[in-house]
Amino acid sequence: MFENIDLTKLIFGRLTWDAIPIHEPILVGTFAVVALGGLMLVGAVTRYGLWGYLWREWFTTVDHKRIGIMYMILGVVMLLRGFADAIMMRIQQAMAFNGSEGYLNAHHYDQIFTAHGVIMIFFVAMPLVTGLMNYIVPLQIGARDVSFPFLNNFSFWMTTGGAVLLMMSLFLGEFARTGWLAYPPLSGAEHSPGVGVDYYIWSLQVAGVGTTLSGINLICTIVKMRAPGMTMMKMPVFVWTSLCTNVLIVATFPVLTATLVLLSLDRYVGTNFFTSDLGGNPMMYVNLIWIWGHPEVYILILPVFGIFSEIAATFSGKRLFGYTSMVYATVVITILSYLVWLHHFFTMGSGASVNSFFGITTMIISIPTGAKVFNWLFTMYRGRIRFELPMMWTVAFMLTFVIGGMTGVLLAVPPADFVLHNSLFLVAHFHNVIIGGVVYGLFAGMIYWFPKAFGFRLDPFWGKVSFWGWVLGFYFAFMPLYVLGLMGVTRRLRVFDDPSLQIWFLIAGFGAFLILVGIVAFLIQIVVSIARREQLRDTTGDPWNGRTLEWATSSPPPDYNFAFTPVVHDNDAWWDMKRRGYRRPLEGFKPIHMPSNTGTGVILAGLSVVLSFGLIWYMWWLAALSFVAIIGVAIAHTFNYDHGFYIAENEVVGTETERTKLLAASGVNA
Amino acid sequence: MTTLARDANTGDEAPVFYVKDEHAHPEGSSTMLGFWIYLMSDCLIFAVLFAIYGVLGGSYAAGPAPKDLFDLGLVAVNTAMLLLSSLTFGFAMLEMMKSNVRGTLFWLVVTAVFGLAFLGIELYEFAHLIHIGATPQRSAFLSAFFTLVGTHGLHVTFGIVWLATLWVQMRRHGLIEANRRRLMCLSMFWHFLDVIWIGVFTFVYLMGVLR
Amino acid sequence: MSRFRLLALAPLTLMLGGCDFVVLNPAGDIAVQQRDLVVISTVLMLLIIVPVMALTVFFAWKYREANEPADYDPDWNHSTYLELVIWAAPLLIIICLGAVTWMWTHLLDPYRSLDRVTHEQPVAAEVKPLEVEVVALDWKWLFIYPEHGIATVNEMAAPVDRPIRFRLTATSVMNAFYVPALAGMIYAMPGMETTLHGVINKSGTYTGFSANYSGDGFSGMRFAFHGLDEGGFEKWLAAVRVEGGALDRATYLELAKPSENEPVRRYATVEPQLFRLIRDRCAEPGKMCMDEMMAIDASGGLGLAGINLLQPPDDKGAAARSALFGPKATAVTGICTTEEAMAARQTTSAPRPADRQPLLGAGLPRPPFTSFTSPKIDASLLRSLSGT
Repeated sequence: MFENIDLTKLIFGRLTWDAIPIHEPILVGTFAVVALGGLMLVGAVTRYGLWGYLWREWFTTVDHKRIGIMYMILGVVMLLRGFADAIMMRIQQAMAFNGSEGYLNAHHYDQIFTAHGVIMIFFVAMPLVTGLMNYIVPLQIGARDVSFPFLNNFSFWMTTGGAVLLMMSLFLGEFARTGWLAYPPLSGAEHSPGVGVDYYIWSLQVAGVGTTLSGINLICTIVKMRAPGMTMMKMPVFVWTSLCTNVLIVATFPVLTATLVLLSLDRYVGTNFFTSDLGGNPMMYVNLIWIWGHPEVYILILPVFGIFSEIAATFSGKRLFGYTSMVYATVVITILSYLVWLHHFFTMGSGASVNSFFGITTMIISIPTGAKVFNWLFTMYRGRIRFELPMMWTVAFMLTFVIGGMTGVLLAVPPADFVLHNSLFLVAHFHNVIIGGVVYGLFAGMIYWFPKAFGFRLDPFWGKVSFWGWVLGFYFAFMPLYVLGLMGVTRRLRVFDDPSLQIWFLIAGFGAFLILVGIVAFLIQIVVSIARREQLRDTTGDPWNGRTLEWATSSPPPDYNFAFTPVVHDNDAWWDMKRRGYRRPLEGFKPIHMPSNTGTGVILAGLSVVLSFGLIWYMWWLAALSFVAIIGVAIAHTFNYDHGFYIAENEVVGTETERTKLLAASGVNA
Repeated sequence: MTTLARDANTGDEAPVFYVKDEHAHPEGSSTMLGFWIYLMSDCLIFAVLFAIYGVLGGSYAAGPAPKDLFDLGLVAVNTAMLLLSSLTFGFAMLEMMKSNVRGTLFWLVVTAVFGLAFLGIELYEFAHLIHIGATPQRSAFLSAFFTLVGTHGLHVTFGIVWLATLWVQMRRHGLIEANRRRLMCLSMFWHFLDVIWIGVFTFVYLMGVLR
Repeated sequence: MSRFRLLALAPLTLMLGGCDFVVLNPAGDIAVQQRDLVVISTVLMLLIIVPVMALTVFFAWKYREANEPADYDPDWNHSTYLELVIWAAPLLIIICLGAVTWMWTHLLDPYRSLDRVTHEQPVAAEVKPLEVEVVALDWKWLFIYPEHGIATVNEMAAPVDRPIRFRLTATSVMNAFYVPALAGMIYAMPGMETTLHGVINKSGTYTGFSANYSGDGFSGMRFAFHGLDEGGFEKWLAAVRVEGGALDRATYLELAKPSENEPVRRYATVEPQLFRLIRDRCAEPGKMCMDEMMAIDASGGLGLAGINLLQPPDDKGAAARSALFGPKATAVTGICTTEEAMAARQTTSAPRPADRQPLLGAGLPRPPFTSFTSPKIDASLLRSLSGT
């Protein structure tokens, strides 16, 4: 009996030497660069003996600020990977004319556009949005941390674990070749037998756990931990939009989890949920994935609306116009975002009444969104607008986003969608709202809050280069795609036979190059700013003459955020404090209770990655072992009842005295 | 809890902008809310599975239907086990209110026994179905059935593992604040699974046999 | 409409004489109406988008910090009238657009039989639509003409000004059938059937393709759509009949194997009911057809006796495997032959009569751009509706 068992297969599952793509020169080159960079990084960390510091102060931290920063780093790193995919696609599409096959074969190209979509949504936009929420929300509500600090750390590492799995697929096996939502039957066991879809499933599942938990965490934080006096209708708009986003996360990510579980059951167990035979129905997957997928779009855009609201008010030196209608608009969008999912597949052949219902609900979303745009507009009205970088991004957003909104409503008209669905017009539309909305907003937010997090502003010159690279690049890259969509060109094509299209793809390629300039300039901006940090130093804690509580504390804030919990009387709490003669307390400090760091989050997430790896490659023993280990570690963690420590009074006094001196030196009263 | 040094709305005096005399946030003050939200998100997973069962529950692929497979008598016993376990958990909570560690521990053991009985019967049912060839691979209906009921069963399994862990922790530390909070959470989890099972029982078994 | 078209095309045509904006300048009446809708909706939205963009630029410029004389009112943050306006303005636009959407979504429902060939030419009563059965395969298109008993791969033709009724399905994965010059797209899905109506008004050769990514050979899944006059169409049919071989189930199964960039193929004869067999996933011998299976399921399944009614999993490589349990049965064995099953049931489904009712919402005028004839209701339809 035992002679039938193939020992190699038992140990390594389906992992063989063939899984390493040595025949793909592009991948080998990438691997060399990544490996070299990684080795240098590891070498540098080891050389300067930073491992202990990184582990104690960062990896195991439960400080929402540090976790926020780690999310941002993850997002920016993954942006580089996602953008590399984008520019490869643009080059392929610009080349593959007149009988040329381009430089990417179907196997590689199909992975690239799938990975681009997955990375940009899950591992760029989500971490950046979550990172900003994590950093800013507790500060804006005057709290010392989030409700569940350990969970916060765990969520971050799960998100990172998902990203690690996805990056692994680059050099070990392959990624999915199914498009970013992996519709069955194409993603089923029969048509995608390889590891690609399994990498897709497990990286999203691992990251999804992190996202859901961080959603629960932030809802609790916002509901329970607000400073005294901050009623719901006195919360900053960014807090409101974060609350709505996290409600959406908690209410939709379980659907994604369940859907992907069903897809993996089809692939692993052989069930018939989304197969075409034995009673399954692939179209159910399409419905379910979009029940998650459409609210996901709002998960990304809502916090960004909040960011723009903060920035528009701050840099116009004026209260936000129509706070109440802004809040209601956000809530209405939150609710409506559940009722529109079918507009992603009008062409499935549902009846006219179903299609028009979902078309019209989609259009209705544009009403509160329109109201928001008007609110920003009238915030600028009679203001004193300072065109610092965040405000430049905001104005660029207002001009760009409305175009994307318009094409979006156009696509919501079912018969119009019949001719534009899946075309490059659609691709242009969603890049128009995601770049023109989410990405612009994230850059605005990063530049706006950077001095809060690091104590110095970002260099404006390189920021402007980055700004113009992105904005011009966006128009050059995506306006041609609108045009191509009207010429009936569909998305995800690898080769073209109509030579008259090429010029448009060349223009789009040029646009992608401009965006590359924008990204590089952003990285240079960070390096330059670090070098010039003394000139750019913010000693006041309030570099932009801000309005909300995060500007009330020092930059960067102390571990405990606020030595005394603030009391809120007004929407713009800090503006109100400044105006009514708030004097910073200089005595009466008390020891402050803070949560302790823990390594459990890193360990659990690491084990989850190992578990997923075992499942992807059919190394059942590894999967079983790591599963048992996860349960064991989780149980062991619950035996630790001691979650906190006190920052001693003299330490608080020291930190606060330091700040008093700084403020005095920069001439700020109190 | 928090004392404001002066009321903000009294006349022209300078308003109060910070809490002077502050006590630390009681640890775990958000736990109940957080756990509720988690339960609701879990409920959504079940909602998806119920919806799937609603769509695929009639796709037998020319194979057996619920009325050919389900033994309502067995399911009734099974349901009784789970409902009784909920009842005994309630007794455990009553003992906890009285701060009676031994009583709480006792009723938790009873709960676990009922829970294990439930799982045992469910596993027997699954084994029987698979043995006669009604496997999850046979038809979309069976896929949906095994997934929905199996997910519930997995939840119960985790509930029992959690219960055992908590049992040990209560033996060790007694009914301290943290343990009370954990027991409250587990109690909500357990009753939540009960409610889900009522749905399964009605929607899958009773209506399935009627169909 | 022509004014709208000019408006939309003017700047673009100036810029690029050479480019073919097929979506904005199609050759089929359905696509023309869809184009009109694109233009109307865009114009409606520009009513609000243009002022917003202009105001953004104007406010940003006027209230810049350097412009000292401009008003500055740091506490102004509410105006009930203004807020009414900013909610009402988009609301009004959306009400208009929503009405337009409701009406046109019903008018241009792909399942709805055509009642006009162009905006001035209704469909004559005696004209029956050309039936075309479309199958999306990996990675090519199969067109079956049941009226004429022919089939083609990656090429189709249709006479000008005759309505076409497509019935679509797929063999393995989902695709979208799209001929931009003719009409909007619709998915072709395995085990399911969708319908699309269209008409081509100008003769010429147009491009059709799959508009939904379907795997490696997706880029090459293109075909030529020939709009031909009556004589030309007859000639094309004759040519297919002369050149072509026979398409029976065996040939089809051979054809269904994945292949990329397929050349045009023509078949002079087609096995009757082939489309139905493909749609019901029983072209392979021995498999139970899906419609039969669904009928059995609707009456309660085959009970425990049906448990083992499975075809042994075939081991020819591409068969479905599950990671944990290996090769997996994907087909139920038929309990009668396909021929018997077919004989036992009525096989032709009558096309729905054209719904000539104008679609109106309360208070909306009849759309001026279509010429509806008075409703003609089939007596049999009335009977079936009233349930007698």
